[in-house]
Amino acid sequence: MRRGITATALAAILALAATACGSDGDSGSAGGKGGELSGTVTWWDTSTVGSEDKVFKKLAEGFTAQHPKVKVNYVNVPFGDAQNKFKNAAQSGSGAPDVIRSEVAWTPEFADLGYLAPLDGTPALKDEKDFLPQAAASTKYAGKTYAAPQVIDSMGIFYNKKIFKEAGVEVPGTVAELKSVSKKIKEKTGKTGLYLRGDDAYWFLSFLYGEGGNLVDAASKTVTVDDPAGAKAMAVVKDLVDSGAAKTDATDGWENMQASFKDGDVAMIINGPWAVADTYGGAQFKDKANLGIAPVPAGSVAQGAPQGGHNLAVYAGSKNLDASYAFTAYMTSAESQAKVAEELSLLPTRTSVYERPEVAKNEIVGFFKPVVDKAIERPWIPETGSLFAPLVTEYTKVLTGQTTPEKGVTSTGDAYRKLLKGWK
Amino acid sequence: MAVHTGPSVAPAADGTPVRGRSRGAGGPAGKTRPPGGLRRALSVHWYAWTMVAPVVVVIGVIIGYPLLRGVYLSLTDANERNVERNIGVNHLPATYEFVGLDNYTDALTGSQFLGTLGWTLVWTVSCVSVTFALGLGLATLLNRRIAGRSLYRMLLILPWAVPGFVSVFAWRFLYNEDRGLLNKLLAGGGIDAVPWLNDPTWAKFSVIAVNVWLGVPFMMVALLGGLQSISGEMYEAAEMDGANARQRFRHITMPGLRPVSTTVILLSTIWTFNMFPVIFLLTRGGPGEATQILVTQAYKFSFEISPRDYAQSSTWGVLILVLLMLFAAVYRRVLRKQGDTW
Repeated sequence: MRRGITATALAAILALAATACGSDGDSGSAGGKGGELSGTVTWWDTSTVGSEDKVFKKLAEGFTAQHPKVKVNYVNVPFGDAQNKFKNAAQSGSGAPDVIRSEVAWTPEFADLGYLAPLDGTPALKDEKDFLPQAAASTKYAGKTYAAPQVIDSMGIFYNKKIFKEAGVEVPGTVAELKSVSKKIKEKTGKTGLYLRGDDAYWFLSFLYGEGGNLVDAASKTVTVDDPAGAKAMAVVKDLVDSGAAKTDATDGWENMQASFKDGDVAMIINGPWAVADTYGGAQFKDKANLGIAPVPAGSVAQGAPQGGHNLAVYAGSKNLDASYAFTAYMTSAESQAKVAEELSLLPTRTSVYERPEVAKNEIVGFFKPVVDKAIERPWIPETGSLFAPLVTEYTKVLTGQTTPEKGVTSTGDAYRKLLKGWK
Repeated sequence: MAVHTGPSVAPAADGTPVRGRSRGAGGPAGKTRPPGGLRRALSVHWYAWTMVAPVVVVIGVIIGYPLLRGVYLSLTDANERNVERNIGVNHLPATYEFVGLDNYTDALTGSQFLGTLGWTLVWTVSCVSVTFALGLGLATLLNRRIAGRSLYRMLLILPWAVPGFVSVFAWRFLYNEDRGLLNKLLAGGGIDAVPWLNDPTWAKFSVIAVNVWLGVPFMMVALLGGLQSISGEMYEAAEMDGANARQRFRHITMPGLRPVSTTVILLSTIWTFNMFPVIFLLTRGGPGEATQILVTQAYKFSFEISPRDYAQSSTWGVLILVLLMLFAAVYRRVLRKQGDTW
């Protein structure tokens, strides 16, 4: 009953919004029509707690300076739980945020489930042309745009220069070199070479791409994870762990990875721009120059890292759509992105931001931009966000010796075919 | 087995069998020409019916309806993509279909359900038996006059007093392979690090250990109560007849504890079978699916994979309920055969 009333009210508000004096939510300039946006915008941020979240919170609350009547309610939801939390809330229609920071693979899925408001023609998408095409790709679904790209990222090797110097080694360019470098580091310093996350299949992708494999091929509607390349990639990561070149965990991977790298227990991790601010907080990186970043090691066939990132999407059931649109525009505006790039070294999604001097001189952005340009896109289909669950189970099973690489990818492939009806 | 940590989070049809059938409509309202017997019952006992009506309604709403809905969903192919959704401007009608018993045949013929059931049984039996043995040992120790007895009791009840999730997280820190206290202690003794939660076999051992740790206090307190109700004269008489300590324990203590022990074993079996928090918070069912029990796997279907498979989750939930009801029925029958009053 209440829901019926809400729906009616929303329809009324929408009708009003459509006919009322065009609220162009001009949040870029201070000359916006004062006091026409009001209410509360709840934003679920999923950034790393303790480093990124402070910056985003401050930035989000800065929205109130432009729209004094809008209160921004900043909530940080751990990235690992956010997809499920949002689904729970969005489906029941209670407790969902107005705006969510949606990972690129989640965006088409949420859109497909009907949880997101289409943004075409709303103030949320300002200067659409300015967005990098790669970043905009994941926001489109079934001919509409459901989100505004906030940051884009990829992965690289983070390494501890001090340990490398001590062991007298160079940054490995291939998986084979990674093994020999790790061995030398172990001999010279007693430390482990690489911490490889074993509880998140995203960390497996660069090895899969390196062997010339991929999860699925959307163009020919084929599941490709169980190709020989997939099995080979599983064997490669298993060998890294078994040979002692890398260590891994089946739980708490993120915490363990960051802790052991920051304390100097391991020499390398594979990570992305989102981990930079957190890594600088570690004892080993008081001197920021000690952190080196290099491209992910190449496999036997190619060298590739996944393209990731985050979008801001507006919940279709939001009680405050207008303010949410304006907030989305504000958070993804060139000024906001420049600030975030400067403080957190996250990569902007707007071409124009890269030209700003304060962004252009940021080394990390400078390093990752070419990596992102070459990064491998996943197909932006609703199921993309579902591909990791079956994979991570098998990936962990392979690493802990419960199944063979071949069986692992076969089971994953079977699960994918169940998910993607009619795919080969 | 362990403390009962609040309402279970497991989806749909979960929970212990409910006494009495729920009636959708509570009370006598809206009856058309009821049969004579019913009318008489109503006219004689209307007062009683009115008194129980609120309870019947509440139970119907909070237990009966979800249970029936869970059973219904298990007969369909409902998932996240085809259930009804009302999201602001978007209204999406339900499009799932009735598929009969397909989900049940899938579950009972597939390897996943049976494999998970196998581990769930191992987990339940080992947790309950170890907990019972330890609880009984501690209760026997504390059932005599020793200095500081009440202090020991206090300390031994501690795991029960701490909220479940707090203890489980504490254990998770202890188990951490590189930075956990347990491995630091082992390293001090020159022993290699143990992959507590990273190796399938060790992970199974670890979850059982935590659950035993959580469950012992309840067992101990319950059995201590049982021990204190056995009269001392029996022991004296046995001693006069020359029975040694072991014989006294076997022939007086064990039979004397029966009413208590049968009950706590039944309870702890049901609790352990559905012990969601320990598994979920310690390993999330990992590594891989090594420690996944039926309830956590059902939760995973409903909340962790996408698209969320409500149908399969409900199927597992119903199967869990059926298994536990069967167990309780068999257990009571066995006890009744042995002359216990139940």
